[in-house]
Amino acid sequence: MATKTYAGQTVEVNDEGYMVDPSQWNKEIAAEMAKEEGIELTDKHVEVLEFLRAANEKGETLTIRRVGKSGITDIKGLYQLFPGGPLKFSSKFAGIPKPASCV
Amino acid sequence: MSETKESPLKKVCMICAKGTIEDVYATLVMANGAVMEGIETKVFFTFFGLDAITKKQMGKIKTATVGNPAMRAPGGLPFPTILGMIPGVEAGVSAMMKSSMYKLDIPPVDEFLEMITAGGGEIYACKLAMDMFKLEKEDLHEEVKDVLTIGDFYGKCGGDNTQIIFT
Repeated sequence: MATKTYAGQTVEVNDEGYMVDPSQWNKEIAAEMAKEEGIELTDKHVEVLEFLRAANEKGETLTIRRVGKSGITDIKGLYQLFPGGPLKFSSKFAGIPKPASCV
Repeated sequence: MSETKESPLKKVCMICAKGTIEDVYATLVMANGAVMEGIETKVFFTFFGLDAITKKQMGKIKTATVGNPAMRAPGGLPFPTILGMIPGVEAGVSAMMKSSMYKLDIPPVDEFLEMITAGGGEIYACKLAMDMFKLEKEDLHEEVKDVLTIGDFYGKCGGDNTQIIFT
């Protein structure tokens, strides 16, 4: 298993760069991961990340539709927050596994 | 040994010519999936595929219960074609298919179109098929960007690493 250092903390990641252990996550790690993709994290981003982490913990299937209905932002807003990867980037920065979802 | 270099897909253009649940949803899932991966996406609906973007029809698309050898009853039991001819069976089977999709968070057609355009995907209608079925732009869902000839659509399908998919 590969490791990567974000915000001075070494975390385990898989070969796609997704964190293996969600409990190692914090906002500073998320911010550095986002910077790698050219995204500056705002409070709105963090709200989405926390929503995804909570849903993941409950074992729910994650889809952009679900985030769009969360009340945090709509689907258009989600694309603006995470251009080019509304679900793959948001789940990566949230420190959870990449969702096996087509929607 | 030569090494193959990965060169990611940049654009997909889809053409949907059929109006059954499986044809329309295959197109919508692939289109939405492409948008979610950051791939430029354009979809062209033609012939019976127009039902998917026609306001009056989009909520009523069905799956064929006749002439569909892959059709099975729940539990994998055989589904004789003659059953599919009974009035109401096609509607019932279609409702069942839709409900199992909704459980997987797959939205109805109109909402799916909105999801695709929310991410920058573009939806087009075929001019020739519109003339054939006597449809006007007003008959189409708001998310349809334009009515095009196939030539105009091809004009939008250029560029490196572009694929055209026909469903």
